[in-house]
Amino acid sequence: MNIEVRQPQLGAKARVGIFDCDIHPKSSLEDLRPYLSNRWWDYLQTYGQRQRHGYVKGFPYPKSQPLASRRDSWPPGGGLPASDLDFMRQQHLDFYGIEWGVMNPLSPTGQGEQNDELSAAMAFAANEYQLEGWNRRDPRLKASVVIPYENSEMSCAEIRKRAGDRRFAHVLFLSRTSELLGKRRYWPIFEAAVEAGLPIGVHVFGSSGRPMSSTGWPSFYIEEITEHSASLQASVASLIVEGVFERFPELKIVLIEAGFAWIPALGWRLDQNWKRMKDEVPHLKRAPSEYLREHFWVSTQPMEEAEDPDHVIDVMEWIGWDKILFASDYPHWDFDDPFLALPPSLSEERRNKIYSGNAKALYRFD
Amino acid sequence: MTGPLHAIDCDVHPTVPDMKALLPYLDDFWRETVEERGINSLETVTYPPNAPLTARAQWRGQHGRAATAASELTAQVCDRWQAGIAICNCLYGVGLLFSEDMAAAFTRALNDWVVKEWLDRDPRLRASIVVPMQNTEYAVDEIERCAKDRRFVQILVLAMQETPLGRRHLWPIYAAAERHGLPLGIHAGSSYRHSITSLGWPSYYIEDYASHTQAFQSQVASLVCEGVFAKYPGLKVVLLESGVTWLPGFLWRFSKFWRGVRSEVPWVDRSPAEIVRDHVRLTIQPFDAPGDPDQVERVIDHLRSDAILLYASDYPHWQFDGDETVPAGIPAALHRKILVENPLATYDRLRSS
Repeated sequence: MNIEVRQPQLGAKARVGIFDCDIHPKSSLEDLRPYLSNRWWDYLQTYGQRQRHGYVKGFPYPKSQPLASRRDSWPPGGGLPASDLDFMRQQHLDFYGIEWGVMNPLSPTGQGEQNDELSAAMAFAANEYQLEGWNRRDPRLKASVVIPYENSEMSCAEIRKRAGDRRFAHVLFLSRTSELLGKRRYWPIFEAAVEAGLPIGVHVFGSSGRPMSSTGWPSFYIEEITEHSASLQASVASLIVEGVFERFPELKIVLIEAGFAWIPALGWRLDQNWKRMKDEVPHLKRAPSEYLREHFWVSTQPMEEAEDPDHVIDVMEWIGWDKILFASDYPHWDFDDPFLALPPSLSEERRNKIYSGNAKALYRFD
Repeated sequence: MTGPLHAIDCDVHPTVPDMKALLPYLDDFWRETVEERGINSLETVTYPPNAPLTARAQWRGQHGRAATAASELTAQVCDRWQAGIAICNCLYGVGLLFSEDMAAAFTRALNDWVVKEWLDRDPRLRASIVVPMQNTEYAVDEIERCAKDRRFVQILVLAMQETPLGRRHLWPIYAAAERHGLPLGIHAGSSYRHSITSLGWPSYYIEDYASHTQAFQSQVASLVCEGVFAKYPGLKVVLLESGVTWLPGFLWRFSKFWRGVRSEVPWVDRSPAEIVRDHVRLTIQPFDAPGDPDQVERVIDHLRSDAILLYASDYPHWQFDGDETVPAGIPAALHRKILVENPLATYDRLRSS
């Protein structure tokens, strides 16, 4: 494969150091081996992972390209996209002047694994590897606390292990949990996150074991990726209506790669029904949209694109300029170029907030 | 609402009082089944009978139900709100049954009940053909049987089905719809084949009802991606009680993904946003409007079409207060389109009858 690396002088266009809220470093199972017990290493060799879908390798909805990655992101020296720090620096971190990036490792991390013990062991290993394999070598890359979210006791143990360690940015969920995120089984995780002073990041994908939509399994990958925002709409409604934010007023949720144009409409719809049926949810002290406005942050990628760009700006206005965080999704195919992703008509001030200011205020890295 | 316009109300709901009402329309075997097996009611939890949303308090009659007879419905919808025509979408839970045979029999009875108890009682009423989606052949049979009566103006299915609506095994239904000039009406509701959200069952009814918009997103994506509109270019789809304000953002994301991965669905040969504007219509209650009318006007702008919205009161569901059938903020210049012209353009059978 011919790789043409663009010259870094373009980087001069970056006016502020960029805070990239979604980078996907790739590790291999071999990378995690030093942090796995013999028991689980042997188990993985023999039985492998079982993640609530049918395939040993690959995905039920094949991606649009290998590993859903940019064709130019395969390191010239070999290995998988985003597995080589030097090439990631050259192609992304240094090229765009990334000041800080949040790593959201997707696999192998054991999230959604059917076996809770294995899930917990792999989450621990994924966290250790983020520190040793990446953050130690490039402290710009902040880690996520990967948790075995289907078991809250084990998740809390992992969060408490990491509490106070400023190398971690947030606690990571994938969006396709086996139940709606506001359900009580997940509350201990929120409690532990709040105690540790960490936001919860919810990144799209994962396997819930349920059909992809409430009307069954769609046929195509394009439907799968479109469906993620629909499933998150349900989880966001659940978090609000169950009263999670009354119980944990400090809790902050970051929605990653889920799009954001659906946020205002969801708030309006919930408000409309809450007005008529408040008696069903006496534990809610405010309109649902107020919890939405206060407790949720959204990342930009894949940046919403309307036929008329001003329409996206309306929606950003309704969400709040302080709640939108830039994300690139490096190295995936639908990567947003930090130089080009935002609507050109945004003011310098708003641009700076999205590229950096809002994330700094949320994650408090100084 | 402007006075002299004779609006076309595209979504009103007759209430079936109980299974007894359908007995006269069942044959001996099914009548006996209903009695012997004690099948008293097919009301669904989509609209818990006593929930405020299910019927506005002042419209509830002596049994606590709204409009179990045509005159109650027309008094509100046609007399008070000046609708010249109202389309009855009956939501009785025949679509939830698992036996294909029982579903077909009960659905036939339901459609016949609608003819006798509603359409025959008031010339201003029209109706949708409820179809047994449990079996495609039976569904087509029911369309063929009812389509002869031109007062049936569309096909009615629930938003949550066993499989997404675009799937190819359902295409004979769309062929029949196109053949007879019947739009496919997709109404809020579920056949309860899957949890009501794709991540499981919500605890509260507020979430439950809010989640129906997600199913509409799934269905629009499915119909477009499977190529239903490429195969049946004459087919129109009406989203009933779907909410409206979710649509623009959904189309932005969907159309962007299409640009990225369209090679997977080569028959989708133009942007999904364009296809939806050509083939899909939405009723205006509920609108899920922002509180500020200026924002409503912005959302209307985001829709980029003056043809896409159809007037509906969603009677007797409590979607608005007073007589505010049209949400504040919808520009007056659009009223005639929404109340009359768009429904006429959507429903062939309202033009020709």
